[in-house]
Amino acid sequence: MTTLNIDHVSRWFGNVVAVNDVTMTIGPGVTGLLGPNGAGKSTLIGMMGGFLAPSTGSVTLDGRPVWRNEQIYRHIGIVPEREGMYDFLTGREFVVANAELHGLGAKEAQRALATVEMEYAQDRKISTYSKGMRQRVKMASALVHEPSLLLLDEPFNGMDPRQRMQLMELLRRMGDEGRTVLFSSHILEEVEQLAWHIEVIVAGRHAASGDFRKIRRLMTDRPHRYLVRSSDDRALAAALIADPSTSGIEVDHTEGALRVQAVDFGRFTTLLPRVAKDHGIRLLTVSPSDESLESVFSYLVAA
Amino acid sequence: MYDPTVARLTYRALLGRRRALILGILPALLIVISVLVRALSGTDDQTASDLLGGFGLATMVPIIGVIAGTGAIGPEIDDGSVVYLLAKPVKRPTIILTKLFVAIAVTMAFSALPMMISGLILNGNGQQVAVAYTVAALVASIAYAAMFLLLGTVSRHAVIFGLVYALVWEALFGSLVSGARTLSVQQWALAVAKKVTDSDLVTSDVSLTTGTVLLVVVTVATTWYAGQKLRALTLAGEE
Repeated sequence: MTTLNIDHVSRWFGNVVAVNDVTMTIGPGVTGLLGPNGAGKSTLIGMMGGFLAPSTGSVTLDGRPVWRNEQIYRHIGIVPEREGMYDFLTGREFVVANAELHGLGAKEAQRALATVEMEYAQDRKISTYSKGMRQRVKMASALVHEPSLLLLDEPFNGMDPRQRMQLMELLRRMGDEGRTVLFSSHILEEVEQLAWHIEVIVAGRHAASGDFRKIRRLMTDRPHRYLVRSSDDRALAAALIADPSTSGIEVDHTEGALRVQAVDFGRFTTLLPRVAKDHGIRLLTVSPSDESLESVFSYLVAA
Repeated sequence: MYDPTVARLTYRALLGRRRALILGILPALLIVISVLVRALSGTDDQTASDLLGGFGLATMVPIIGVIAGTGAIGPEIDDGSVVYLLAKPVKRPTIILTKLFVAIAVTMAFSALPMMISGLILNGNGQQVAVAYTVAALVASIAYAAMFLLLGTVSRHAVIFGLVYALVWEALFGSLVSGARTLSVQQWALAVAKKVTDSDLVTSDVSLTTGTVLLVVVTVATTWYAGQKLRALTLAGEE
């Protein structure tokens, strides 16, 4: 059982605070590190992987420090986000080199290549690989010594849906085997599909932690804003405000539309079409006006 | 102290097609010039010494050193692939020492060997000139490789700084300001070369003792410091 402890960790670059007093414990199973781009996920993963010193606080793996401790890599496998990976080697040469650096050999490399299903292209130069193939070879290099902690920085970036499914399947399996798997992502759906446990980072701060149902509920319970255009905006407004799921409506003259704020997301989505039908009003536009991930996250921070 | 896998990766990166071509240009030029000089003006010990010292040792060796020394680690740090070496239970000083060995070997191969060939072409090793400059190239290779490996570890613009040092400091500044010549790998190597040939063809501004001590000090200090830098190397994310 491997546990990664992040204890009051901050990291700043000059005047910019990238990670701000984060404390979390990552245990066995799959954990998703969720946050918008630029939230500090990569900085945090960098510190978890021993590639960046925390400005304050400590990162330990089962009590042993990660920073300036090469021996810790016997237990950690890292899949970096960056693409640089000895393009002049073939996939097999690359994984074998990684195995050798762990004191292992071609046999372990071959097994890792089989795990990620890259044997068919293992003798091609890495420079000829697609993004998904590169990602899988990176995975093989990180798995070659069967680490108990696997850190992946945005592993699904640039993968097609089938490759994404395969990698998710693989990570799920690693989690089931009792390994500690942590991956970062800025896409809620990815995290939701895969992670048992979610840590949310927004603007360098630890915004939420828990299982995804709890976080999903936080996200769906927040007030939703919609822009609605219809054949009779005022009649629709009157009918909607009568229901408790609607908390506010504004008639926007310049846009020629209604700005509706709903508190009960589920109820509102069934209410709106029914009310329109009952009153003989035609709905012309219904669009969410704050569905960006950033607004979801900023709501979470405030919650 | 030495990791064969790190060495293999470094050799392959250094001797990849394009870089090997760049490494080969100056040595080829030295040999071509030697052939032309020999054909046009026959053998002359002074001419041989001038060409091997003025072009070979003053220009070719430091530039080969820059390409091999910075190239042994700089590109890996630049594109982030060094993470695959660092995320391993391999001591960081071992990584640096291995890369140093490779950089020295490559610098020696591409500078000392052509030096010897050119020397033999120019005057058939008369008065030990060819051997003297070959020895100078060998010892200079060690110091240059170490210095430029450090530069490749600490700076993203290692090649530019390295070339500025090689061309401006060693070649230009050194010939104008006498103090600068004491702090010049070229002069230290010449001090060693002077010992080999018993003629006045090779001159150095520093004594053999000073030259040797400075060569050792610079090589050891830069290598140690590069190891320290690599231990604390921060790999910034793309954020």
